[in-house]
Amino acid sequence: MSVVDIVDVKTSFGRLQVHDGINLSVKQGDLLALVGGSGEGKTTLLRHIAGLSAPTSGEVRLFGERYDQGSYRERRLRRQRFGMLFQHGALFSALTVYDNIAFPLRELGGLHEDEVETLVMSRLALVELDPHTARQMPAQLSGGMIKRAALARALALEPELLLLDEPTAGLDPDRSAGFVSLVRSLHDSLGLTVVFVTHDVDSLLALANRVAVMADRRILACDTPEEIMCLDHAFIDTFFRSLRQYDEPMTPWMR
Amino acid sequence: MKLRAHHAEALTPPRIDITRAGFALHGHWTLACMRPRLHALRRDLASSAAEMSWDLSGVERLDAFGALLLWRTWGQRYPEALVMPGLLVNSFERIQHPPEPEPPPPPHRMHSLFQRLGQGLLEVGSHVRGMIELIGHVTSELWRLPQHPGEIPWVETSAAAYKTGVQALPVAALLGFLIGIVLSYLSALQLQNFGAETFLINILGFGVIRELGPVLVAILVAGRSGSAITAQLGVMRVTEEIDALAAMGVSRHQRLILPKVVALTLAMPLLVAWTSGLALVGGALAAKMQLNIDIWNFFERLPTVVPLGNIGIGLGKGAVFGMTIAMIGCHYGLRVKPNTESLSTNTTASVVSSITAVIIIDAIFAVLTRTLGVPR
Repeated sequence: MSVVDIVDVKTSFGRLQVHDGINLSVKQGDLLALVGGSGEGKTTLLRHIAGLSAPTSGEVRLFGERYDQGSYRERRLRRQRFGMLFQHGALFSALTVYDNIAFPLRELGGLHEDEVETLVMSRLALVELDPHTARQMPAQLSGGMIKRAALARALALEPELLLLDEPTAGLDPDRSAGFVSLVRSLHDSLGLTVVFVTHDVDSLLALANRVAVMADRRILACDTPEEIMCLDHAFIDTFFRSLRQYDEPMTPWMR
Repeated sequence: MKLRAHHAEALTPPRIDITRAGFALHGHWTLACMRPRLHALRRDLASSAAEMSWDLSGVERLDAFGALLLWRTWGQRYPEALVMPGLLVNSFERIQHPPEPEPPPPPHRMHSLFQRLGQGLLEVGSHVRGMIELIGHVTSELWRLPQHPGEIPWVETSAAAYKTGVQALPVAALLGFLIGIVLSYLSALQLQNFGAETFLINILGFGVIRELGPVLVAILVAGRSGSAITAQLGVMRVTEEIDALAAMGVSRHQRLILPKVVALTLAMPLLVAWTSGLALVGGALAAKMQLNIDIWNFFERLPTVVPLGNIGIGLGKGAVFGMTIAMIGCHYGLRVKPNTESLSTNTTASVVSSITAVIIIDAIFAVLTRTLGVPR
């Protein structure tokens, strides 16, 4: 079953065209990585999926429906079925970490405060944050902790679809590996579908089971990581170059 | 048709079949799906008894909330008779031992009047200290810059003067003109009763040039530019732009604060002159209509009844007010902590304090200049 359908999407900002006929479909259980050069409109595509912006022409369907389809209530319900992790976390700076994670739960209504507490604390444990961070303000957290707290908030409603914008950017390799294995285990246990934008080859190979390469304002290819790596294209070459360099020793003394 | 089938499948609502044997659960036990019928589900679950059997094999999806609800119904343990697919165990494991949150910090309680007084004094002290520091930094920059003319921030100063001065001209004109008309009209009504129409020029001249013009413009500028200065510096603090400047060895006092202070100090007297002038024009028009005082006559008599010193006092006040507003705006901008709440608090405080400060300074001026510019 298809979670996201992107059909012939074209987007332009003024005279700058970022998408020229994008077609992509994300199936349930996919771990889809969106890669591409800077300014290729990866984040914009993610925002289209979340319904935060609309393409100039073409159609983006989430769970089979356009973002503006249905009544106010239906649209709201649809928005509760996915979680989004923004590039810089976008935690509410005036609320504590606890209240940030509790926010979507309280918005939903009908939950008792002690249930909210259990859910919030179990989410914190899920993203491996110390319980005492719950009472801290976002400004007191480090970059990696902000990412984790923001992920906990995106996961608060246990969405079917998770949209991640550069989830590992700005994390040290150790943290980023931890983040990847966390998303991976969530995918396995919750049956999540994940669409993520990344520049990081390591996290891409560790997490993705499908890769969509954006270049020249289109989707160049969408396939398994192994197949993508075999393709012959300038961008793919440079993107995976770092990896290929590790395979063959660069200098004689390294042998 | 196929699509519809998918949807029906995706959103099978949670359901409880209560049989003689026990409870059989079906559908999606997720927060979003349970929300519309949460009340009924809670009621049904509450009606369960301890020895009943539970069949969870019909559950398609169970999230942490669904698991939590069942876990609590079961009294924090698995029931004796339970049929459950192995996959669901994960959901239960996640909510079984949530870490305890730290107790919220005790609310800030003020025990006695003395403590409250002390707290208030410390707060005032920190503001005074911050203000003195700011004045010191700006003064030392003013002292240093003439010796290094290359570093004078011309562009920033001129941009600030344009934003705070030139762009305020239309609204200041409207304000001055209308106040002039109102003041002249109301005074004329009273003066007519005493047959003292000609004194209208004295009242308008003194009132507008010496008092109303500077204070009105100051209040306008405090709301317009004071808040803008605080918000701009505040956001620059939130986004660490001020730290970035400091890391490049650029003094924030030289590049951000001094230009604003100098620009407002220079632009305010000009704004005051402009506003006062238009207020007098408005007043003269109203006088012509109400008392039939000729407009040329009005402006010819004005210098003879209002000594020249009053213009100096008005413009001088304007300069001092401008400097005060800029300094207070910068002071609060630099106090912003990196969150949105602090930004709004400090912007509000900036505007309120600058208006209060302007009125206090105005009173001091009134006392100090009580013998100046007054006809004997």
